[in-house]
Amino acid sequence: MGDNVDDDSLYTIKEGDYVVLKRGDVFKAVQIQTKKKVIFEKQWFFLDNAVGQLYSTTFELASGGILQPRKPKDPESSTDTKGAGTDNRNIQDDGKSQKLTRDDIETLKEQGLKGQEIIQQLIDNSSTFKDKTEYAQDKYIKKKKKKYENIVTILKPSCRILAMMYHGREPGKICHLRYDTLAQMLTLANIHANSKVLVFETCAGLVLGSVMERMGGFGSVIQMYPGGGPVRAGVESFGFPAHFHDTLHEFPICHLNALIAGTLDTTAKDPSADLKESDMAAEVKTEAEVKTEAEQKGSPEDQSMETNSGADGSLVPKKEEEEEKRREAKAQEKKVKQEEKRKKLAAAASLLEGRNADGLVIASRFNPCPVLMALLKFLSPSRPFVVYSQYKECLIECYTKLKEQGGTVNLKLTDYWLRHYQVLPNRTHPVLLMSGGGGYLLSGTTVVGGGSKPAASRRDEEPAPKRQKVTETEG
Amino acid sequence: MSFVEYSDCIQDGDVAIVYLGHESMTPVKVKRGAQTQTRYGVIRHSTDLIGQRYGSKVTCSKGGWVYVLHPTPELWTVNLPHRTQILYTTDIATITMMLELKPGSVVCESGTGSGSLSHAILRTIAPTGHLHTVEFHQQRSEKVLEEFKEHRVDHMVTVRNQDACKDGFGVTGVADAVFLDIPSPWEAVRHAKAALKKHVLE
Repeated sequence: MGDNVDDDSLYTIKEGDYVVLKRGDVFKAVQIQTKKKVIFEKQWFFLDNAVGQLYSTTFELASGGILQPRKPKDPESSTDTKGAGTDNRNIQDDGKSQKLTRDDIETLKEQGLKGQEIIQQLIDNSSTFKDKTEYAQDKYIKKKKKKYENIVTILKPSCRILAMMYHGREPGKICHLRYDTLAQMLTLANIHANSKVLVFETCAGLVLGSVMERMGGFGSVIQMYPGGGPVRAGVESFGFPAHFHDTLHEFPICHLNALIAGTLDTTAKDPSADLKESDMAAEVKTEAEVKTEAEQKGSPEDQSMETNSGADGSLVPKKEEEEEKRREAKAQEKKVKQEEKRKKLAAAASLLEGRNADGLVIASRFNPCPVLMALLKFLSPSRPFVVYSQYKECLIECYTKLKEQGGTVNLKLTDYWLRHYQVLPNRTHPVLLMSGGGGYLLSGTTVVGGGSKPAASRRDEEPAPKRQKVTETEG
Repeated sequence: MSFVEYSDCIQDGDVAIVYLGHESMTPVKVKRGAQTQTRYGVIRHSTDLIGQRYGSKVTCSKGGWVYVLHPTPELWTVNLPHRTQILYTTDIATITMMLELKPGSVVCESGTGSGSLSHAILRTIAPTGHLHTVEFHQQRSEKVLEEFKEHRVDHMVTVRNQDACKDGFGVTGVADAVFLDIPSPWEAVRHAKAALKKHVLE
């Protein structure tokens, strides 16, 4: 199943691709551009040699900043132990066991010795190496490899890799959303192809991109954004094919109340502020106005030409002509852009108006409560929603309000613990536990109703008679 | 209704989740003429369910009410009849992300068990992906296939009743991801390698 040609091209690095560089646990998202210097982990290099290779290839950084694909070789067979000790009772940690000085090592580096060779030199010049246990020797070699072996792996971007990258490099940009919490969000919100999802996030586009990845270009995603424009830097790093962007819409949060009230006007307006009836008429009229404006601009131009030609000669009218043309062109462009913006707004508004969205994901640095209450109105009944917050206090507030208002079931406030394990023969054990640092999630499912009086619940019906009796005797 | 696509109204033959209260839900096979007993009374499928919107409140005979929810893999996980110990949503979510599953992915899984993870995988890889799942217990493999059919996802899954450690997954060189949850997973590693696409192995 599958053309070999297609498979190959999907997994081959091409120029212009967005990729992720990896060295150890450090990631960096870049775009492959030939002859462009890239800096990563204090090394400068060019990515030219990467084009044509398969993703997940590990490269060695040769001198001059060129990448060379690394041939897989037997692990550590060249630095095999010539015997090892049993324990460290006689090993003094006095910092004097390494005979090579810093300068010596620098010289070796300058001579162009490969990382592997430098490490061998270090081992040979260490007086305590042979006394270490095998495991300690392994650990020593690993440590030196991390420092001296210049390798880079080039990966295809995915939600997992980008989430790890952002969490490691710039957690502040993503509200300290840990990648396992992101995984929970995507699953709890039932993000899948052919659904309509609302996303409100200030996580540099990471959450938006992850949602888009799970939708696979099917269905639609509407990004609600605060302020002037949507922030989507992270989405680019995913390297989605062009048609994915057709499924992405945006809608400004400042117009949300108008949309709810039904007073949002998405028809075209001209600068003289006359309301138009239909979109078609609006478009025609806008074009006509542009023409008349241009004509009007034309006449002062003529006038200025006439007045100046006599006084200053032929150059001045030409300059003014060019300036006028530029101004016209700019105004034209502005009009076209405004029209496009209006069209997009109208498209997003029409998607929202049906109030039949299938999922809601909120992850931002703002207090989620008002956003959540407003956006829940746009979901169909029996659809999941997920709210992420770095702090549980705001989510507790949301939880309380939702309980009062009704219209949601299965409300759960959760946080997640993540534990990494070191996996080595006879040395497998947990490394550390990350808890409380990954943020909190509030999740639930919408149902019909909401805004209904809590007195309608059956719990109040039963004890009501009893209560009356008590008040009578007390009164 | 389908576990991989939403629909608005309940229809005959659907599987719906009835919400009775906090942490109390039950799956219901909607069938014309059938009835479901709850502690709030009887739900008559023909009048109370069929044609109603998912998410609606349904009043039962004794006067109490319940909500009827559209099935999702998450709701199914907490409501399915256990034939084995299952994976729960928290682990499933992490697995889904770490395996980089998305629409179009081809996945191999063993053991299928009660199908909790399988449903979640199917939801994520729909509509263009495929799941090859292996279960060595005959009755369990039959039961899970029956459920896939009822949940309208059987076109995306192939259930094989064999031992993954001995006979592998039944396919080679097609998988984007392999998941093993079996007593001796190391015995299936070579089959996992064979099942994976060659580029994924690099």
